[in-house]
Amino acid sequence: MPSLGADMEAGTLVEWKVAPGDRVRRGDIVAVVETQKGAIEIEIFEAGVVRELAVAPGSRVPVGALLALVGTEGAMQTPAPAAVAPIGPQPAVSLPSASPPPAPQPLAGARPLRTTPAARRRAGALGIALDGLRGTGVDGAICLADLPAGAPPRRGGFDPLGMRKAIAAAMGRSKREIPHYYLSQTVDLAPALERIERLNAGRSPPERLLPAAIMLRAAALAVAETPELNGFWGEDGFRPGDGVHVGWAVALRGGGLVAPAIRHADRMPLDALMTAMRDLVARARGGGLRGSELTDATITVTSLGDRGAESVLPIIHPPQVAILGFGRIVERPWVVGGTVVPRRVATLTLAGDHRASDGHRGGLLLARIDALLQRPETL
Amino acid sequence: MTRDETVALVADILSGIAPEADLSALPGDADLREALDLDSMDIVNFVAALHERTGRPIPEADTPKLLTLDGVVAYFEADAR
Repeated sequence: MPSLGADMEAGTLVEWKVAPGDRVRRGDIVAVVETQKGAIEIEIFEAGVVRELAVAPGSRVPVGALLALVGTEGAMQTPAPAAVAPIGPQPAVSLPSASPPPAPQPLAGARPLRTTPAARRRAGALGIALDGLRGTGVDGAICLADLPAGAPPRRGGFDPLGMRKAIAAAMGRSKREIPHYYLSQTVDLAPALERIERLNAGRSPPERLLPAAIMLRAAALAVAETPELNGFWGEDGFRPGDGVHVGWAVALRGGGLVAPAIRHADRMPLDALMTAMRDLVARARGGGLRGSELTDATITVTSLGDRGAESVLPIIHPPQVAILGFGRIVERPWVVGGTVVPRRVATLTLAGDHRASDGHRGGLLLARIDALLQRPETL
Repeated sequence: MTRDETVALVADILSGIAPEADLSALPGDADLREALDLDSMDIVNFVAALHERTGRPIPEADTPKLLTLDGVVAYFEADAR
């Protein structure tokens, strides 16, 4: 059972995606595990042939315990097995030791069966096979509405108490261990928003961009130039990330949030980033996040959206060392060329880990994001 | 589309976005974002689904007209004329 975060102690095996005798490759999804953050697809980090499934669906399994045996290519003739997920239990302050391989691109090819955790739970309680159902949720996910009414649905697609405990554990650790510093800068968003509006004017609804996409793009590009703020803090100090993998904070219905990683976000053009964000939000809320997405993020970005507060002083998600926040876009008086004009602006904030960087470096990051957003045609 | 058809369509789309939503208890002029806790991504998905299910082009500038049940009904009623 892999650890999907410093706060995870156990997971419940929901479903096997492989059977004994199946050949698997690195990055294949082999199982679905229910965690405090919802149902997560578990990838395998070894190639080989599945020999034995050691755990039955429905079992609660502690982190580090054996899930299955896989015969690796070199050991096919011997009974030396390898555990499904060679990520052992992590000490309280460890780096994600086995950085999983890049996951297969989620946007191409056949989509796996998607089910919200609530629907999965009710289907289990009612003894209904999910394969025969037509999903009507976002991106075809099977949701509660697709199942016959049974017990009253629980609000949200996960256990709210478990989610609250997971957030409390991670944020409590952050506040105990990380000496945060905070920076804030108001950014003129008019040029970036005008660019988004121009692009959207000729597009059909499914192809439209959200302002958050261009903000995330600017943030990812700027983070790539500020490696001190992109990575992990562990027992041996700071370890830079192997790329800019931005954890995009997604609020879940009914409370709670999760910040799965968009790998190499700095290399994605605007449209690809928007597609990735839509996909991530749908899977965060509807089930189907992959384990590596919960552990890969090298920095987190949170955007409060159009009904949020004007600014956020965010809390770093350990073992990361920084988090960026975009407040709600508001129209405010702004001085342009000596004249006060109404302008759409947003407050950009940064919380940094003082063990890994200082405010000077953090200020450069905010200035760089601001500068990129003033030249949106390059984004 | 008639009001009933539009409301049924909206209910169907929203059941995938906000599964716990109960439209029958919702005043027609209530802001869907406030009443159902929808964010900008939800609204993008909602408008995209309205477009895909009705085939009607929906310019981005029309999105503010689609943020209440009455607004959506009026939008697609006008379309029929």
